[in-house]
Amino acid sequence: MNAFSPDITFDLAQSELRELNGALHKATGETNAKLWRVLNPNGRHALAAGVDAPLTIQVEGHVGYYCAGMNQQASIIIHGNAGVGVAENMMSGFVHVLGDASQAAGATAHGGMLRIDGNASARCGISMKGVDIIVKGSIGHMSAFMGQSGNLIVFGDAGEALGDSLYEAKLFVRGSVKSLGADCIEKELRDEHKKLLSDKLAAAGLSGSIDVSEFKRYGSARRLYNFHIDNVDAY
Amino acid sequence: MSAHSNVPRTLPRFSATFDPHTLSEIRRAAATGIYDIRGAGTKRKLPHFDDLLFLGASVSRYPLEGYREKCGTDVVLGTRFAKKPITLKTPVTIAGMSFGALSAQAKEALGRGASAVGTSTTTGDGGMTSEERGHSQTLVYQYLPSRYGMNPNDLRKADAIEIVIGQGAKPGGGGMLLGQKISDRVAGMRNLPQGIDQRSACRHPDWTGPDDLEIKISELREITDWEKPIYVKVGASRPYYDISLAVKSGADVVVLDGMQGGTAATQDVFIEHVGLPILSAIGPAVQALRDLGLHRKVQLIVSGGIRNGADVAKALALGADAVAIGTAALVALGDNDPQYEAEYQALGSTAGAYDDWHEGLDPAGITTQDPVLSARLDPIKAGRRLANYLSVMTLEAQTIARACGKSHLHNLEPEDLVALTVESAAMSGVPLAGTNWIPGKGGAY
Repeated sequence: MNAFSPDITFDLAQSELRELNGALHKATGETNAKLWRVLNPNGRHALAAGVDAPLTIQVEGHVGYYCAGMNQQASIIIHGNAGVGVAENMMSGFVHVLGDASQAAGATAHGGMLRIDGNASARCGISMKGVDIIVKGSIGHMSAFMGQSGNLIVFGDAGEALGDSLYEAKLFVRGSVKSLGADCIEKELRDEHKKLLSDKLAAAGLSGSIDVSEFKRYGSARRLYNFHIDNVDAY
Repeated sequence: MSAHSNVPRTLPRFSATFDPHTLSEIRRAAATGIYDIRGAGTKRKLPHFDDLLFLGASVSRYPLEGYREKCGTDVVLGTRFAKKPITLKTPVTIAGMSFGALSAQAKEALGRGASAVGTSTTTGDGGMTSEERGHSQTLVYQYLPSRYGMNPNDLRKADAIEIVIGQGAKPGGGGMLLGQKISDRVAGMRNLPQGIDQRSACRHPDWTGPDDLEIKISELREITDWEKPIYVKVGASRPYYDISLAVKSGADVVVLDGMQGGTAATQDVFIEHVGLPILSAIGPAVQALRDLGLHRKVQLIVSGGIRNGADVAKALALGADAVAIGTAALVALGDNDPQYEAEYQALGSTAGAYDDWHEGLDPAGITTQDPVLSARLDPIKAGRRLANYLSVMTLEAQTIARACGKSHLHNLEPEDLVALTVESAAMSGVPLAGTNWIPGKGGAY
């Protein structure tokens, strides 16, 4: 148990998930109840989904699917692993997974930041639409598939077909990339990108933890932006 | 003059296999190297509601008096789990069509028309516009694989949520909104650059299969505090199993779309060769609900080729709770109107056959983002036309129901129907007219 003095503690061994989420949805952040602790999550799905207030929510354990789904404003810290779709469709706020994350972490998220201290499985950042995702470990195959915008920063390695059918999301990988997906290419890492990386790492609380010049940058070749028969082999 | 000039000759004969349309498509493909993309649903002749007839009342059943005795048309959707089910005055709803595929004026008109008669309209890929929310008394918010424009604020503004797994025109397929329809506003709502083709994925990005779907439904319920009815929409392909799994996953309402249902843009070969006609899909869907003990408890909305009150009545008699219209609603707004014949001709088509909705050049101002063209559609007048059309459909369905002795459209039943062909009898599960024979009865789905 980390040092944290919550205003409200919710024990899911004693209460229903629906009560927790209902209470979180009623919280405005304008009262004193800004710090929440959730005990015994035990892999429950949709934990802290749909929060829209500047709360800090500490989850003490592993969570199931869609934790912090569609989050707005809140900082949600998961002291454990996260199931499929953590922070899916997040609009704003900060979600921090101290363990590993399963598939589709940050899927379709529009904004905010998702930090994963462990590894993330397949399709990390799939269809990302503006979120910043930082993974201190490695990511699985088909990550950032159809990524539209935002930044995916990976300290470790990336699996097969990174950035397949990529739009305008920016991908930074420090380790190896098993293969690039259709229309994803390596691009020059210029000073502006190093600054971007430094800023994002600072925002994630990881300032100075890594030399940003070690990253490689990947992005869209933009050859598939408009369908053309000559590119049919790419599909 | 030769000796043979007066010998009678047979007329030139087109092949039934290589008919003129097929030949033209071969030539087009040979010239371009790309498949044909178009809008709308299947154009082939299929067993349909026209192949069914109602048995009016007589000695064995007595009818209700038209204009005097009440025939209810209301329907409540989402009674299974949602805290706030929606109540509609007519079972004819407006199917999901996106802003992007349609102009803002068209979306507003759909909302106006639907609201005027107390029914719902539905968003589409690309999110919710202020026009349609503002003018739609009851608005269903689609949750699609692309998640374009998806955000929790709009989710909470909606009256119901429809998880789209597929649609009848292309079950198993995604979509493409071509760059010429990507205006600044459309691009902004979808977080993509202006002018590029926007692909809509065929699968949801964060779940696979019915076990995951159950968890996804529970997430959406948690986010909306269990208030909103949650629909699951599938294209008709394996309706017994798809409806069973959708219901087991927790859907409040299931939407079943046949291959006559329209699309904004898909390959012609996909539209014409994948999926099932709606007539063949309703029976298995209803059986799935019955087998789960949930018929009329989980509501069934069917769509795909609904054109008039007779189609509505037949769909309900086969076991649906409501229907949805898309193509017919666009026609009511003004799509394919003969007044634009010269312009349709200039586009290489003709009024009634124009289906290049993806090109954004619609003379009627409906399937376009061109500001000049879309300004042609007056959303108030178009909404009025849609309201009139919806009213007529409802009145027609009531007329038939009263003739069958029913005091509510939902009291219509398969026993009120006969089929005109062996195929339609087998597909719909009602007897061939003049017999008590239902081909294939007792077979498994």
